Amino acid sequence: MTTINLKEVEHKVNEAVKTINFDTPDANIIRLTEALRTESSATGQLAMQDIVENRRIASERQVPMCQDTGMVIVFADIGEEVQFLNGNLRDAITSGVQKGYQEGYLRKSIVVEPLFERKNTNNNTPVVIHFDLVPGNKLRLTIAAKGFGAENMSWVKVLAPAEGINGVKREVVRAVEEAGPNACPPVVVGVGIGGTIEKAALLAKRALMRNMGDRNQDQRYAKLEAQLLDLINATGIGPQGWGGMNTALDVRIEFFPTHIAAIPLAVNLDCHLQRHISIMF
Amino acid sequence: MPSIKRLETPLTQANLKSLRVGQRILISGFVYTARDAAHKRLTNAIDAKEKLPIPIDGQIIYYAGPSPTRPGEIIGSAGPTTATRVDVYTPKLLANGLKGMIGKGHRTPEVRMEMKKYGAVYFVTVGGAAALISQKITGVKIIAYEDLGTEAIRRLRVEDFPVLVANDLNGDDLFESGRNQYKREQ
Ligand code: SF4
Repeated sequence: MTTINLKEVEHKVNEAVKTINFDTPDANIIRLTEALRTESSATGQLAMQDIVENRRIASERQVPMCQDTGMVIVFADIGEEVQFLNGNLRDAITSGVQKGYQEGYLRKSIVVEPLFERKNTNNNTPVVIHFDLVPGNKLRLTIAAKGFGAENMSWVKVLAPAEGINGVKREVVRAVEEAGPNACPPVVVGVGIGGTIEKAALLAKRALMRNMGDRNQDQRYAKLEAQLLDLINATGIGPQGWGGMNTALDVRIEFFPTHIAAIPLAVNLDCHLQRHISIMF
Repeated sequence: MPSIKRLETPLTQANLKSLRVGQRILISGFVYTARDAAHKRLTNAIDAKEKLPIPIDGQIIYYAGPSPTRPGEIIGSAGPTTATRVDVYTPKLLANGLKGMIGKGHRTPEVRMEMKKYGAVYFVTVGGAAALISQKITGVKIIAYEDLGTEAIRRLRVEDFPVLVANDLNGDDLFESGRNQYKREQ
């Protein structure tokens, strides 16, 4: 058994929500700069220039890169040999997020319930937490701040097996086209294929948590990722929808076994911000 | 591409006439922030024939809800939000003289028709470039609906605020023309 102090977890979560809103990992800067360099549309170039320059300013001044500082999503992969000290994990994560959003002057965008009063909780929680048990004696938290310009344009549907690879291609490209400028392109596209409807949605979200440019281990899916990226960048939507060749920065697929009768398919879009980080305890 | 142009508020029909889709514009003067909630109140006030808390004629509304302001600073990060969500309210404001809007994403065909009818222009700025945009804001005053928090109406003083023309007086559309130009057949 390994003991993990939840005070430390809370502290690290607090730091993480600020970092993901202020700082851009090198791999993302490299990809954004490449998009700026390869963009041939003049308006698309202007958008990419502002995007790249904004990252520099946000990181230098430690301010949020976007006013929509998102809803926080956490994947908690808990080693079976882990024991927690000082409370429970959900409370530690929630409290870390609340403190981080307060101290970091991040916008609070969460409402108590979705339909009637939509009153703001004023602390940017609750957090959407996905707990999973894994072998080992470590805790891994993957923490994301998800903007809803892109979340709003995401969905799950179930294709018939006969629709196959071409059906998936058609639907993924259509998702990006329908989102158009509203998802703040250049987007990152998370695709979940297989399982059940909720499993597909989780796979798509997990895909968004991968690092920029990391391909699926399975060569067939890696190839499909590349093909999809090409198809999406042929739509002409471009940065911010202002026209151009860089509509998506990356396409990532995660798959899972499924039933003989279906291809569950989820498309989860993320804006160019890609605010997430993984922490090991 | 057409050259960069400077524009001061309030806007007049004359200085909007020469604007073309895709052109970079630097705006100076005042713009008023409003998101869905503030739009709802503004149009309710119009329906009830009440006096509006902000001038509309010749003005620009910026679809934005900034992040909290840190001590010693003027404003938090204040980038654009999606315009589509206020499209249902926009025609009433256009009928009352609104001449400019700044947001992100495209407008409904109905709003585009009304913009053409009343001679108004829609500008876009980059979604997710809020830290950069905030540097162009030199003054902030909450003017109305303070209870709405981030959605309250703020009057921003801006200097060389960077936008792009998305819908001009000819009725052209940046998103359509941009896409058509860069679409590749597969
Ligand atoms: S979707 Fe757009 S507005 Fe929302 S967080 Fe991302 S960049 Fe910001």
